[in-house]
Amino acid sequence: MNVFDFAHAFFADTAHWHGQDGIPTRVGEHFLYSLEAVGIAALIGLPVGLVTGHHGRGGNALASIATAARALPTFGLLVLMFTWFGFGLLPVMIPLVALAVPPILVTSYEAVRSVDPPPVDAARGMGMPEARILFQVELPVALPLMLGGLRTAAIQVVSTATIAAYVSFGGLGRYIIDGLAQKDYEKVVGGATLVVGMALATLGVFWSVSRVAVSPGVRRSG
Amino acid sequence: MNGFFDIPSDLQYGYFGLIGLHLREALLPVLAGLLVALPVAQLCVRFRWLYAPVFGVTTVLYAVPSLAFFVLLIDYTGMTETTVMIPLAVYSLVVLVPAIVDGVRSVPPETLAAATAMGLGPVRRYLQVQLPIAVPTIIAGLRVAAVSSISLVSIGMLIGNQGALGNLLNDAQIYHRPPLAVNSVLTTAVLGILVDAALVLVRTLLTPWMPRKGAVR
Repeated sequence: MNVFDFAHAFFADTAHWHGQDGIPTRVGEHFLYSLEAVGIAALIGLPVGLVTGHHGRGGNALASIATAARALPTFGLLVLMFTWFGFGLLPVMIPLVALAVPPILVTSYEAVRSVDPPPVDAARGMGMPEARILFQVELPVALPLMLGGLRTAAIQVVSTATIAAYVSFGGLGRYIIDGLAQKDYEKVVGGATLVVGMALATLGVFWSVSRVAVSPGVRRSG
Repeated sequence: MNGFFDIPSDLQYGYFGLIGLHLREALLPVLAGLLVALPVAQLCVRFRWLYAPVFGVTTVLYAVPSLAFFVLLIDYTGMTETTVMIPLAVYSLVVLVPAIVDGVRSVPPETLAAATAMGLGPVRRYLQVQLPIAVPTIIAGLRVAAVSSISLVSIGMLIGNQGALGNLLNDAQIYHRPPLAVNSVLTTAVLGILVDAALVLVRTLLTPWMPRKGAVR
């Protein structure tokens, strides 16, 4: 039997399609954790990145913060938070948010900072207040790069939310961790396939969002 | 913190042994990734249409979760270090290929024309002009790849204790010794920061013509 046979056997088994350990429940849990983690990370990363990028200062500080956050091992942080705080959403969210913040922070900073200066100067010359310059001139131009950063963060979180199962949490990692423990290879492969599918779906969502949200003029020049 | 550096004997390595193992498991894949990425990126620069599909494939491969990737490889390479290192090498491509392509493309056409006028062939032009000018961008890519690789190795613990410093996390749980988990997280983070700093140093040494206060990345 190869990987595809295992995956087929997993999805063909109707017992995997309902109940607490069913595929819909696990996919839903996984989706919720990921959404929450990326949402929190965006709430932290986007404003800081946008404001520092607008003023064009603090790049070195941001880069060091991002490096430090990247260096934190997500899995280690998860286990550590679990031993400190016990079972709960907090020990899962802290490492996932720490994982998602650096790409969002760095790319939104870079995106706003690298906006072509003449349009920004023109807007300022026309008397636009700084906040409107940021939101109406810089943001639309910076959007493709920023979405790229959010996409990287989202994919990393969706892939990594698997390890939440190691600290007794739900999500698609349950299949992989339980399958490994029970030597049920079918389950492991099934879980892995589902996570890959979800990560690819995330890619698809971001692709469609960028088709809709990015203004046609910006898309053509980029 | 009693027992902070007291590594349980079931891991078969001391503290520094684990650090060595961790660095090997994390950095060999990045090196392998670089060796693959250099020719691939050169092809992408040469044939522009190739870049989009290559970028797509690396992004999709990057979307495969590490744990799932490890597990799928167990069938072929067993619960070994290789199983941990192959996915890490694949992941590094998603950062390295665009970094090298951007770097090589950023070489000004006048510089290339000057090199050609001086009689440099395509190979020497690549090795002596394009690659050195691309060094800052390549190193920026290597920094991201190396640091995330160091962070990811720990997950190898889940497939038969192949996670080097990550193995301490398992022991922290089964022996109820939280300091070991603190040790694992701190040591891994410090390793990441040190490797990052080392790469910055390498960049400074390789690009003596750059201003001292270098590019932000």
